Amino acid sequence: MPDQHTSYKAVFHRHDVQLAGIIVVMAVIFSTLSKSFLSAGNLVSLLENYSVMAIMAAGLLVVLISGGIDISFAAIAAVSQYVMATVLVRTGGNWLVAFGFSAGFGILLGVVNALLIYYLRALAVIVTISMMTFYFALLMFVTDGKSLYNLPDWFTDDLSLFGIPFPVVVAAIVLLVTVFLLSRLSIGRQIYGLGGNPEAAKRMGCNLLGLQCFVYGYSGFMAGIAGLVQAHRVEEVVPNALIGRELDVLAAVVLGGASLLGGIGTVSGMVLGIVLLAILQNGLTLLGVSSYSFGFVTGLVILMSVSATAYAAKHQQKQRVRHAN
Amino acid sequence: MPTKAATASSTPAPRPSLMAWFGRDPTATMLGALIALAVIFFSALAPSRFLSLETPRAMAFQMPELGILALAMMIPLMSGGLNLAIIATANLSALVMAAIITKMIGPASPSQAIAGVIALALAAGLVTSLVVGLITGAIVAFLGVHPILVTLGTMTAVKGIAVYATNGGVIGGFPPAISFLGNGTLLGVPVPMILFLLCAIAVAVVMSHAPFGVAVRMIGSNEKATRYSGVATDWMLVGVYVASSLLCWVGAVVMMARFNSASAGYAESYLLITILAAVLGGVDPNGGFGKVLGLFLSLVLLQIISTGFNLLGISPHLTEAIWGATMILAIALALVRDRWMARLWLRRTSK
Repeated sequence: MPDQHTSYKAVFHRHDVQLAGIIVVMAVIFSTLSKSFLSAGNLVSLLENYSVMAIMAAGLLVVLISGGIDISFAAIAAVSQYVMATVLVRTGGNWLVAFGFSAGFGILLGVVNALLIYYLRALAVIVTISMMTFYFALLMFVTDGKSLYNLPDWFTDDLSLFGIPFPVVVAAIVLLVTVFLLSRLSIGRQIYGLGGNPEAAKRMGCNLLGLQCFVYGYSGFMAGIAGLVQAHRVEEVVPNALIGRELDVLAAVVLGGASLLGGIGTVSGMVLGIVLLAILQNGLTLLGVSSYSFGFVTGLVILMSVSATAYAAKHQQKQRVRHAN
Repeated sequence: MPTKAATASSTPAPRPSLMAWFGRDPTATMLGALIALAVIFFSALAPSRFLSLETPRAMAFQMPELGILALAMMIPLMSGGLNLAIIATANLSALVMAAIITKMIGPASPSQAIAGVIALALAAGLVTSLVVGLITGAIVAFLGVHPILVTLGTMTAVKGIAVYATNGGVIGGFPPAISFLGNGTLLGVPVPMILFLLCAIAVAVVMSHAPFGVAVRMIGSNEKATRYSGVATDWMLVGVYVASSLLCWVGAVVMMARFNSASAGYAESYLLITILAAVLGGVDPNGGFGKVLGLFLSLVLLQIISTGFNLLGISPHLTEAIWGATMILAIALALVRDRWMARLWLRRTSK
């Protein structure tokens, strides 16, 4: 599309540009209405609050681009977080151990998802819902729902880098890695190809099983890191703390322009989607609107966004038909 | 999976009798076998408790909530869509009914006034559900947005309204007439079970015999072909989500009556379980195929597992884990079964 019209007009029709425009307008409105909105403290805490979500969203985005879907990432995050915390509490450990266990377990569970989807030839949404139920229920059964509070001091100590909180640093690194993966590496382009047309990707010589293992493994990897960051942030591990976030994260990624049909989606769009939700909720809080209204506003934004995208696509198609005639 | 059965039965060549027996309804056969297995397993482990009359009674009270909501999920699934808003719709509808009943009925109200208020509340709940269904259906049908996205939005918004209106609280305390709908029995059969069976029969008849049901299944198989053959697919899709919401309303009445209260956060864990139950029951998540009988059998299976484990004193969390594993097992069994049938078929035809 961008090759056909590079005029100024076409720029305004791009999804991420529109999103950025809405965000700027909202930021201006909120900063005039509330003085604390643009304060450094507020922006940093805003970033920190949404960093765990952004890390999980990066994994989900890659899966969505490949044409799949993963509902189990929050359950995977909870399981790998708990495994990591148990090891740390028992042995003391260090950062390498913490990272190895949370990321390793995340990758393992993600690859199990991929193998089931590939060999059972089942829909990804059904398999990952089943596995979400399975992983999480098993975690609750084994742990009895007990939280872990006595994490080692080195793990919960403040790790700010030039005043930027640790979760934000991790989220930034994760997002940069995902951008690099999707746009610069061969496997990233293969993931777009797989999502755009699986049959064509297969005939081009892509290894579908390998790609699926990579994609769901990456989602599990991100879930593991998100679990680690969350544990560091709240200084405890509660087995059901991350559960129920699946659909929120999915909403943010979709808001950023990723298609459920695969082949479409960018990290920048996803970040804008999360920023939009974050600014909206934060602005409403600062204006003194009850936090009970967030759900309604968020739902309305999702509905308006997906409807507008669909309407624009329909309009464009009609115009194309008119031009063709 | 059902596609293969359909092609097998439409071929005029003579077929082996074993395959005919499997081919008629492979899902029901498989579920029947799994149910028999589960019954034998639990009877062996806890004969005195599992084989008592109390077991089917407890099951008949617990199954309908999930069952009615699973029916509400089944219709959109058969049209090739999905309704993630079913629980939110049911909860909002229950809250509207609960608010009207608790606000307008005092301890001194005469019985006629109580009946009038209950009728008004039921009507208001019905209207609430239908409005949600109408909006969902209109966005899916006329704007062509993917149903997962639309219902993700309506789910968030509808739950948001419920949370905002109640500040996350609970509304409860109803007259005995409401409680009867959830906990009473009629001729020995629990009332919720009767409501569920009525819904199940209605959905079965509509989906297999009424023009609407046939159109929905055709849309699920191939929407474009259905539109080109002269079916008003967009209005049929609106109907799908309205029908789904209608079932949510029935589910709301049963839930409200059983819990004797309503809240924005009830039964949320059911959402993904309804999809599991429907798919386990042979409803094709790609749309086009599915039978109420299969859904019913899968609900019975899930309920037997849950009741059996409960009797054995095993944690409900482990039960849920086994539900998830059962789903994967059922997918694997279906795959093995289809391959086996295909091989059997090949051997027969090559002779």
